[in-house]
Amino acid sequence: MKAVSVEEAVAIIPDGASLMIGGFMAVGSPERLIDELVRQHKRGLTVIANDTALPGAGIGKLVSAGLVSKVIASHIGLNPETQQKMLAGELEVELVPQGTLIERIRAAGHGLGGVLTPTGVGTIVEEGKRKLEVDGKEYLLETALHADFALVNSFLADYLGNLHYTLTARNFNPVIAMAGKQVIAEADNIVPTGVISPDQVHTPAPVIDYLLMNG
Amino acid sequence: MDAQITIAKRIAQELRDGMLVNLGIGISSLVANYLPAGIHVYFQSENGLIGTGPVPEPGMQLRLLTDAGGRPVTALPGACTFDSAVSFGLIRGGHVDMTVLGGLQVDQQGHLANWMIPGKMVPGMGGAMDLVTGAKRVVVAMQHTAKGKAKIVKQCNLPLTAERQVDLLVTDLAVIAFPGGRATLLEIAPGVTVADVLASTEAELIVPEQVLTMAI
Repeated sequence: MKAVSVEEAVAIIPDGASLMIGGFMAVGSPERLIDELVRQHKRGLTVIANDTALPGAGIGKLVSAGLVSKVIASHIGLNPETQQKMLAGELEVELVPQGTLIERIRAAGHGLGGVLTPTGVGTIVEEGKRKLEVDGKEYLLETALHADFALVNSFLADYLGNLHYTLTARNFNPVIAMAGKQVIAEADNIVPTGVISPDQVHTPAPVIDYLLMNG
Repeated sequence: MDAQITIAKRIAQELRDGMLVNLGIGISSLVANYLPAGIHVYFQSENGLIGTGPVPEPGMQLRLLTDAGGRPVTALPGACTFDSAVSFGLIRGGHVDMTVLGGLQVDQQGHLANWMIPGKMVPGMGGAMDLVTGAKRVVVAMQHTAKGKAKIVKQCNLPLTAERQVDLLVTDLAVIAFPGGRATLLEIAPGVTVADVLASTEAELIVPEQVLTMAI
């Protein structure tokens, strides 16, 4: 793990990168990284996340700034800008059931080719997908979803990069932390190693590539 | 009585002690306000919480503790939090006893469409497809008609939420179940007649000899 400034961290991300971003309606989203993506004007991004929050919050800032070319998410209903850009053809949106989205990300991070889920069988979600019958029940084969970077927000990080999340700010964060080819963590608080006790570590330090320094 | 309150009060009567319950947004979320006395249920917020409590007192909100709509909530004693994979494992894995969701259309077999109007409104399915697929009991809370147009139809022409049929539909006019895949009128709202319900319903509705009035 390398400790970096937010400017250095975002400079590593090229235009056109695919980014998994933690957060649920901007709760648990890495706001410093998002603000810096806007400042450095990284373009053509593919964003993989639960939702696109609201205009002016979390991932909504990337959408407003016109930096996103594709969104893979479960819900965009609370961000009218995302819907407008989608209907205008400026933004490609792939909608995925929330439980399927998190499992596709988990599969990538856990070395699996995909998962079998009953969700979406008999709906338009099954179009173009393989259907398999296991013990008499139908499932869709949903493939693993990879990304160039995972941008993670935690409540605590220690000097090694062990992460601890809190309350409903955990959401997608520990799952994407396993799935990004490179993982950048932004912690609300950096604490001395040992403050997070072993049982309280949700994301082990070795999966973190970069930790944002304070300031 | 206000239509939404009628629906929420009637659905609250379906709650049983010890249930794990997931409430959707809109009318569904009002069900928590009418929990029968002496009954304890666990409410799940799919963003990662079991034990969701009421809105906090002014000035006591925490940015890191919200419901699935991003609104501040409290966590009751005994609450627990988890990531989204566990949250949807609970939902898809059959651990959620009951879910209450809104609807755009329900057909006479009990299929639900509630996540998009093609070309018009595409909010995304969020957790709805997983909830309808995996919850033990699926209850739909919706107005019987929308702008005078029937929402309980012969066949949904909007994209379905799941292949699975719902268990119970509660509207401002009626309670409808789907035994054997056939819409059956169980109850009517106070002040409403069976004829009123039939006039507002496009689906073929089975009317048994005895139709109760909602006890709300």
